[in-house]
Amino acid sequence: MTNNPALANAFRFLLLLTVQVLVFNRLNFFGFINPMVYILFLYWYPIKENRNLFLVLAFFLGFILDFFSDTMALHAAASLTIAYLRPTIMRFVFGVNYEFQSFKLSNSTRIQQFTFLTLLVITHHGIFFSLEIFSFSNLLLILKKVVFTGIGTIVICTLFISLFGISRE
Amino acid sequence: MQQIIKFIVRYKTALLYLFLLIISLAFTADSHSYHRSKFFNSANWISGTIYNTSQNITSYFNLEEENQKLVEENQRLRKILFNFRRDHPMELDSTTMNYTVQTAEVIKNSYARPDNYITIDKGSKQGIRQDMGVITSKGILGIIEHTTNNFATVQSILNSKSTINAKLKNTNYFGSLVWNGKKYNEVQLVDIPRLVPVLVGDTIVTGAMSSIFPENIPIGTIKKYSLNESQSFYNIDVELFNDMINIKHVYVIENKERAEVQELESKITNDQ
Repeated sequence: MTNNPALANAFRFLLLLTVQVLVFNRLNFFGFINPMVYILFLYWYPIKENRNLFLVLAFFLGFILDFFSDTMALHAAASLTIAYLRPTIMRFVFGVNYEFQSFKLSNSTRIQQFTFLTLLVITHHGIFFSLEIFSFSNLLLILKKVVFTGIGTIVICTLFISLFGISRE
Repeated sequence: MQQIIKFIVRYKTALLYLFLLIISLAFTADSHSYHRSKFFNSANWISGTIYNTSQNITSYFNLEEENQKLVEENQRLRKILFNFRRDHPMELDSTTMNYTVQTAEVIKNSYARPDNYITIDKGSKQGIRQDMGVITSKGILGIIEHTTNNFATVQSILNSKSTINAKLKNTNYFGSLVWNGKKYNEVQLVDIPRLVPVLVGDTIVTGAMSSIFPENIPIGTIKKYSLNESQSFYNIDVELFNDMINIKHVYVIENKERAEVQELESKITNDQ
């Protein structure tokens, strides 16, 4: 991809949005599994960038998606929350290391990357489906959707990461 | 004052997060009421155009299947027409007809959520308005919820907010058709009294109480039934005739007498 990080991010934003709307929102694997690949935007976003801008971007990413999928602001709330929690999750996964200037996602181990992605996905899906179904009497339904859609999302995201991610060299 | 400013500067990220979260939760809470916000739905110009373009590209892949469906429907209608014994020539005077029918194409379908909406490629320019009924050749589909100039969203029967008057075919026992959000090929019929003879396999059609749909539009067949907690009404699982996954051509029905019916009904509620 290009060397300009802002341009690369804008490109990623639009591409993930298009892929999500036109392909993955219609997948309905087993009747209900629609992987949410746009989480990759939050996974790949540079660590050292301005946090407030990141929050606003995550909010609008979700909000535009809500436009297309008639979900009001569910995607916005979920993606905003994981954007806010991302530093906490990163500190948990990578330890204090990640605060150093030289830290790069591509330099961490496979397991760390995978844990980071899994935590993002589970938090996101948990918030999304609890808000969508919005009743505790359907707790089992919420759990079922979180687990199965989560697995779908993680599988597709891992594929995308190994295909398009920055390889460590 | 300085303290306050310091506080804001220090916690600006958390405050921004809270602010945006409250906005999104407000929109979401709004969506749990009957009529959702007018502007944020997929009938808007941008998403409508994008969905329409993608539909134009993909629609060629199942043309054959769609043709087959249309031919089957024509065959059924012709059969009715030829066997319809009439003593006087059929009236086709549009001023005396109660219902008008328009065709439209589905450009976005969803069935995996608890609240599903379908987007179609006709809007207020083509005379589509809120609360018109939408059906396919096989059965009922939903009710128009929002329109823009060229697009409209349909509240599918697979929506937790949808309630439609329905009855057992050839009787006048009616109940409400709702959805519990579980299977996309099954909806629930509630409020049918215990005294009514119910059998697995019976056909469910739309009832006459609705001012949106004409009477006797097919919905589905009874798959399973049981009494509810109070032991006085049935909960009936209805298997839909419609294949909700595969919908393309739909018909939008307008009831010309709806305004009149509603005016009458509102008079009754005002009097009470």
